[in-house]
Amino acid sequence: MSKLLVLALAALLLALPGRAQQVAVIKLPELQKRLSQPNDTTYIVNFWATWCAPCVKELPHFEQLGRTYAGQKVKVLLVSTDYVSQLEKKVKPFVAKRGLKSEVVLLNETDPNSWMDKVDTQWSGALPFTMMLNNKRQKRATFEKEFTQPELTAALQQFLK
Amino acid sequence: MKKLLSLLALCLLALSSFVLRTASPGYQVGDKAVDFKLKNVDGKLVSLADNKAAKGYIVVFTCNTCPYAKAYEQRIMDLNTKYAPQGYSVVAINPNDPAVVPGDAFAEMQKRAKEKKYAFPYLQDESQEIAKQYGATRTPHLYVLSRKGADFVVSYIGAIDDNSEDAKLVKTKYLENAMTDIMAGKPATVNSTKAIGCTIKWKKA
Repeated sequence: MSKLLVLALAALLLALPGRAQQVAVIKLPELQKRLSQPNDTTYIVNFWATWCAPCVKELPHFEQLGRTYAGQKVKVLLVSTDYVSQLEKKVKPFVAKRGLKSEVVLLNETDPNSWMDKVDTQWSGALPFTMMLNNKRQKRATFEKEFTQPELTAALQQFLK
Repeated sequence: MKKLLSLLALCLLALSSFVLRTASPGYQVGDKAVDFKLKNVDGKLVSLADNKAAKGYIVVFTCNTCPYAKAYEQRIMDLNTKYAPQGYSVVAINPNDPAVVPGDAFAEMQKRAKEKKYAFPYLQDESQEIAKQYGATRTPHLYVLSRKGADFVVSYIGAIDDNSEDAKLVKTKYLENAMTDIMAGKPATVNSTKAIGCTIKWKKA
């Protein structure tokens, strides 16, 4: 049993560095499915883009959060809103260069008016936009702003209370 | 039972979003728009009241530097070409703090307007009060105003169309559809749309 655990852990460890370089391209229904899991994990979902300067500036804070809360039921998901045409040219090289460890997906949707309200009605459309959600505890908080590291940490601590 | 619970949760979520949304600041469609006096790139002050013949305006919060604003620049110029002769000219307002984005400094705005031969005012919202009052959050962010007597009323808020990357792939021209209704004296069928944009670079407190 413990052998199995070690194996599983090893597999996980091996999988982690590789995963950082992958960027899954998803459509809205898949994102919605991901964000509606009825479990007790707190998701920190950050909408960003490689062209968005304040987004790029705050990304390390989300990475830091991922490290700080590793092993806890907290998961950072970075949702790139870059055009899918920029996936190979911009997004993947960016993710590799920064060595991002949080999961990165690219939301491949063209008309924000058709999908934005389905993500969150609070979002007016400015980037960066961040949601914290925990479906089991029926909690949700949204932030249409750029975070500093202390602000982000404080927001999450408040959310987890 | 579980289904019922999650349904209830969804209802609660929807409700809380709704409550928060109605409390959000800025204009909603139907609100009276405040007039302003902002400095144009030619150095003169511009107000909505200046043009007595205006039937309305297409007010665009935009800037020099945001990739989305750049992607829409030509389309904004085209809107002016199309609607100015019909009484609705474009008024572009740059709300970004140049201390945060030097590329949006007044001199840079002048340069851009000259280079691209803007046929409409390009104003600097130095205090950012107008952007705040309108409730603009991003660039580009559009407001169609229509004249009601001496006042201007917000008739449409939101996006130009449904494809920022490629104008040729646009399927729905949200703003033009709204303009068709508004110019026919009707409320816009779709009077509010969302788009991605760059967050307005607010002054650091």
